[in-house]
Amino acid sequence: MSILFAIPIVLAAVAIAGTQPFPAASRPAWIALAVDFLRWLGDLGMFAGRVMRSMFTRSFEGAEFLRQLDSIGSKSLPLAALAGAATGVVLSMQTRDSLTRFGAKSMLPAVIVFSLIKETGPIITGLVVSGRVGAGIGAELGSMKVTEQIDAMEASAVDPYQYLAATRVLACIVALPLLTLAADFSGILMGWVADTLAEPVSLRLFVNKGMTGATFNDLLPPTLKTAVFGWIIGMVSCFQGMNTRGGTAGVGRSATSAVLLSSLFIILADVLLVRLIIVFFS
Amino acid sequence: MTTSSNAPAIETSVAATGLRKSFGGLKVLNGIDLTVETGETISVLGRSGTGKSVLLKLLIGLEKPDAGSIQIDGQEIAGLPMQQLNEVRKGIGFLFQQAALYDSLTLIQNVEFPLSRHTTLPPGERKARAEELLKRVGMSSDAEKLPAEISGGMKKRAGLARALALDPKLVMFDEPTAGLDPVTAAEIAQLILDLKKAHQITSLVVTHDLRTARTISDRFIMLHDGNILVDGTFEDLERSKHPFIIEFLKDAS
Repeated sequence: MSILFAIPIVLAAVAIAGTQPFPAASRPAWIALAVDFLRWLGDLGMFAGRVMRSMFTRSFEGAEFLRQLDSIGSKSLPLAALAGAATGVVLSMQTRDSLTRFGAKSMLPAVIVFSLIKETGPIITGLVVSGRVGAGIGAELGSMKVTEQIDAMEASAVDPYQYLAATRVLACIVALPLLTLAADFSGILMGWVADTLAEPVSLRLFVNKGMTGATFNDLLPPTLKTAVFGWIIGMVSCFQGMNTRGGTAGVGRSATSAVLLSSLFIILADVLLVRLIIVFFS
Repeated sequence: MTTSSNAPAIETSVAATGLRKSFGGLKVLNGIDLTVETGETISVLGRSGTGKSVLLKLLIGLEKPDAGSIQIDGQEIAGLPMQQLNEVRKGIGFLFQQAALYDSLTLIQNVEFPLSRHTTLPPGERKARAEELLKRVGMSSDAEKLPAEISGGMKKRAGLARALALDPKLVMFDEPTAGLDPVTAAEIAQLILDLKKAHQITSLVVTHDLRTARTISDRFIMLHDGNILVDGTFEDLERSKHPFIIEFLKDAS
């Protein structure tokens, strides 16, 4: 049901993103919006198909992939760790009071750990990375488009889908689960710090209590689902960037829409993926 | 569309017939016929916004024509699959209006970029080749600079070095002197002339700089409202009674 509620939000986002000019004014606005959205979705699908094909070719750009992995992954590490840490502290502070009220204070480590590894860590990582990386990719590829650098690449017989897009998308896919683990780790650590400041408890005991009953099925599927978030961030941002029109103003629009659309699609994908994880891994 | 069975003579480097291109409702090219013989330098003249750059982008496959045929060295490129089109592109150098250097790479890395992808040269030889190309355009001392650190004229020179990296037989120039002072523009024109003499390169130059065009060109094409008004020598242009050409020559002189 939540997917149905999300459709008008995505429609509005595509319109705000301004990736396509609005069609003739004679059409009712909602039809124009729907046509725009379907056209955008079709173009994105074709773009994704071309990028995925170019990922599996012999001449894959390994050096550029590693450079992007550093730029997208390593350089997002402090942000992801900080977001995870802040989430851990907030979870600790917020839930302590509620759990005390119900006489379940001893459950606090488990609440923090489970909440972080199953949902909060992955979604927070996805959203903060979509902000940093989505804007970066949208603006970089957008400015390359408007200054004809992408045309120059094509003119010199180099496939920009392979060199620019495939490397960035794959770097996002690989980086997101690793960043999620970092966010989970710093969240649990800072959750313990906040907990122990309120009521001293050893890290060992905190972790032991937190991990009671936890299995790999609690950690692996939610962590690996962020690879899908990475795919979304990379694909949507590269698409928005490489389709930039309208000079420097267009570059700004591409950066904004890359963040907006990838964040929205991450939230929507999360709903589906959580459902799938519950069905297959519970 | 013309098929390879009626391919032009071997000495024709570029042959375009009936080229049409529109953007939305705006007709940009209205059935252009164009041939460039091997070793020839042709300048396509015309007012800004008349489709000169679009013509070049059609010829290298960056835009697809609505109708018409484009043959490069006898091979039809309109509708060619990407892999085969890229094989044709390897034989063509393209200098963009703003040079379009990759701004995250140094000048030497820019020149090495096509070499590293389309040749089997070891890194040392690749670098030596890139240095030699930069030296040829007078940029050897700036090889390690980023595009943001150099002037517009220097960017054009470095862009030219990159365009020549794969030893193309055909080079397309999109406004090679636009935005440059007269001295730098004359230097770029001289570079194009030197290239032509030294390597018998076929050149297609899009410009509204009549002075540069006169210096480097064997033949002139005047584009106006999506049609070719004159295809001939400079004297043919001067003899034309078309009001636009009279006005263009008067304003340019």
